[in-house]
Amino acid sequence: MNRRNFLKIFALTGVGLAVKPAKSLAALVPEENKTEQAVDLVAVMGGEPDQMFRRAIAEFGGMNQFVKSGQKVCIKPNIGWDRVPERAGNTNPLLISEIIRQCFAAGASEVTVFDHTCDDWVKCYQNSGIEAAAKEAGAKVLPGHQESYYRQVELPKGKILKDAKIHQAILDSDVWFNVPILKNHGGSGLTISMKNYMGIVWDRRAFHMKGLQQCIADVCTLDKKPALNIVDAYRVLQTNGPQGRSESDVVLSKALFVSPEIVSVDTAATSFFNQIRSMPMDVVKHLELGEELGLGTTDLNKLNIKRIRL
Amino acid sequence: MLRKLRIALALVAFAVLTFFFLDFSRLLPESAQVIAKIQFVPALISLSLGIVLLLLLLTLVFGRIYCSVICPLGIYQDVISRLANLFRKKKLRYKFRKARTILRWSVLTLVIITYLSGLGLVLDLLDPYSMYGRMAVHLFKPVYMAANNGLELLFTAFNNYTFYKVDIHFWGWASFGLALISLLVVSVLAWRFGRTWCNTICPVGTVLGFLSKLSVFKLSIDHETCNQCGLCSFNCKATCIDSKKGSIDYSRCVACFNCMESCNKKGVKYLPFWKVKKTGTDKTQVKTVSGKIQAKTKTKTKKRIETNTDTKIEVKTINKTKTDASKREFLSVLMMSSLLMPKALAARFRQQIGSLRPLKRTVPMMPPGAGDRARFNSLCTSCHLCVSKCPGDVLQPSLLEYGVEGIMQPQMLFDKGFCNYDCTLCTEVCPSGALKTLTKEEKHRTQMGRVVFVIENCIVYRNETHCGACSEHCPTQALRMVPYKGHLTIPEPHPDICIGCGGCEFICPVRPYKAVFVEGHEIQQVAKAFEDEEKQDIVLDDFGF
Repeated sequence: MNRRNFLKIFALTGVGLAVKPAKSLAALVPEENKTEQAVDLVAVMGGEPDQMFRRAIAEFGGMNQFVKSGQKVCIKPNIGWDRVPERAGNTNPLLISEIIRQCFAAGASEVTVFDHTCDDWVKCYQNSGIEAAAKEAGAKVLPGHQESYYRQVELPKGKILKDAKIHQAILDSDVWFNVPILKNHGGSGLTISMKNYMGIVWDRRAFHMKGLQQCIADVCTLDKKPALNIVDAYRVLQTNGPQGRSESDVVLSKALFVSPEIVSVDTAATSFFNQIRSMPMDVVKHLELGEELGLGTTDLNKLNIKRIRL
Repeated sequence: MLRKLRIALALVAFAVLTFFFLDFSRLLPESAQVIAKIQFVPALISLSLGIVLLLLLLTLVFGRIYCSVICPLGIYQDVISRLANLFRKKKLRYKFRKARTILRWSVLTLVIITYLSGLGLVLDLLDPYSMYGRMAVHLFKPVYMAANNGLELLFTAFNNYTFYKVDIHFWGWASFGLALISLLVVSVLAWRFGRTWCNTICPVGTVLGFLSKLSVFKLSIDHETCNQCGLCSFNCKATCIDSKKGSIDYSRCVACFNCMESCNKKGVKYLPFWKVKKTGTDKTQVKTVSGKIQAKTKTKTKKRIETNTDTKIEVKTINKTKTDASKREFLSVLMMSSLLMPKALAARFRQQIGSLRPLKRTVPMMPPGAGDRARFNSLCTSCHLCVSKCPGDVLQPSLLEYGVEGIMQPQMLFDKGFCNYDCTLCTEVCPSGALKTLTKEEKHRTQMGRVVFVIENCIVYRNETHCGACSEHCPTQALRMVPYKGHLTIPEPHPDICIGCGGCEFICPVRPYKAVFVEGHEIQQVAKAFEDEEKQDIVLDDFGF
């Protein structure tokens, strides 16, 4: 199955899931995956970040299901804050380097990593440990601090956000992976995969001006969808997000959620977070707004979920 | 040999300091700041006695080594004179010039009087290190950054991401203009007359020149070997060698050793003063003695002993005190008016746009570690090293926000970025002690200003949509999102724990007047520590879905 087919199928599942039970969708999946019913979401608990990812990607049939030889891959972690990994402000660097290694193993010609940071980007890249980890794994670490790195893209399906400037690393890639960290967020309730899209955008103030939750849902209608959303919940910032004030805001929760379904994976992560601290679904309003835009379902019963404990 | 050593050391110091000013990508280790820390004026006004004593001792033993090896403006002039010779068919021959003693001492007096009367601006304008600093930040750095952007374009075209694009900032006409004027004046003088600036205007040159007359090691002309060819004088960029008389004006000699190397007879020697007497003939002894008498009369003139020349000087001093009085009056009027001007202007612009409430900071924000306003204004020499180093582009030269005494001194503005919570760089590099060095923990508790939240302007209040951008950027949660209508949350200010980093003001999306800004302090405060969340032992054994 090539990438285009793959993406088409996901687009179709997005629509299809709203009306049909997930089982019937198996018919849409091409031959090689048909031996077993296709997995929609993999949740792993109890391991190290890299170990959990290896297990999760295996459940999806390996990285070569997503990355083909010679392709340019872009990985978009959350590197928003000048924080060390223990403070859970940014995606875990071990997870990022493991994804990069798997991409190269699957034959990627180039892997790029970037984020449009909130704090000074040099400090964020350094202190998050992501720059070093990514470079060591062979990826190119790109800056995102200048408007000239971004290109105007129309968002016809967006409700109030009709266009945005998107980082060229995403636009020029063949495949991209959305790799957020699960965190509390003062403005949007939680920040997970959908909110992580704000790091591929130049003008974020516009989001706040127009209505944050709707704009988050709108930007996720970008045609170029991530092949997978890989939610790092190894350490979770339960309070004072998104940057946190001290380590007392952090819970070592050792989990990972992986799915091509952005609304569903964020719903799963929200339910997980809800065990740590109360977080009703409707506080994270962009999930419901995303569902309204046909980006996927918040009803996890419709999905084939693999739950794995290590 | 000595000349080559001088050139080598000077070039290293000059290159390191210049690059430290330009180095936006932090390639140099922070230890490079040591060159800024051993500059005379910053060390003096920060009362870094160790460094000042070291520099004085250096001068008292070896002469004006500071001027030839450490001072960036001095070395810059040497570079310019050297370049000038490349453009000339024939190398420039310097000629002995008479010392402009009165001018030198008048400038120094003016600097001291104005500084002691609370107007540090004259010192800021004339301190050679700070002059050079501003030239580097406002003139050289933009060129360096533009070159970087050129390389970035080229390399990125070939898929190489070694370089990254940077914003080239223009920090206002005042700083740029003053830097440009300094550059032009100093360059033209250096191009045509060598070290004229150092020996007529520079207050540091005057002080060290006075001391170097008393130095242990001196250059001297051996009259037994000297054939009065004049080569030493031709090569003296300080124009202080009178080869006909065989005398050297030590108050102007910057110890460059050009004369020594130029002499074919090896007749210029660098010796301790007692050896000068031994080797010299009777003739030289007379010369040195007469030199000493000259020097003495000069010092005596200050004591106002009646001689012909002295009366002249005295008249001038009296005149000068008169001018000073009126000048002081003029300056105080200027100062007063400039303090009131911004307020008058602000009133003019106080027109409401829409229903937004206009916001205006009334007290300018000093950088971290500045302490109280009077102290900061008197210690800062506006070298702009902190401006150049600030990773968030928060520190910017002021205009009249601090009044006349603080023109060009750095203030915090949040239009381009905000002060990084963990960053203490400006307090570390400040050579004059205007910014006290802070540890990360001290910085976390230093309140540079306090948050002011204006609910009428807030997105959540006006549009009833989620926002929280300010709270998101607040490192201490001095703006905390609290329940509002339905699931909406709205910022709640806690100014006690605010440190004034400006993250909230920077990011607030409301225009033209934001819903949040930071008001400065006349005296920086200690912020209350925030209370940590209670650490709960949470054991997760389920996915929750």
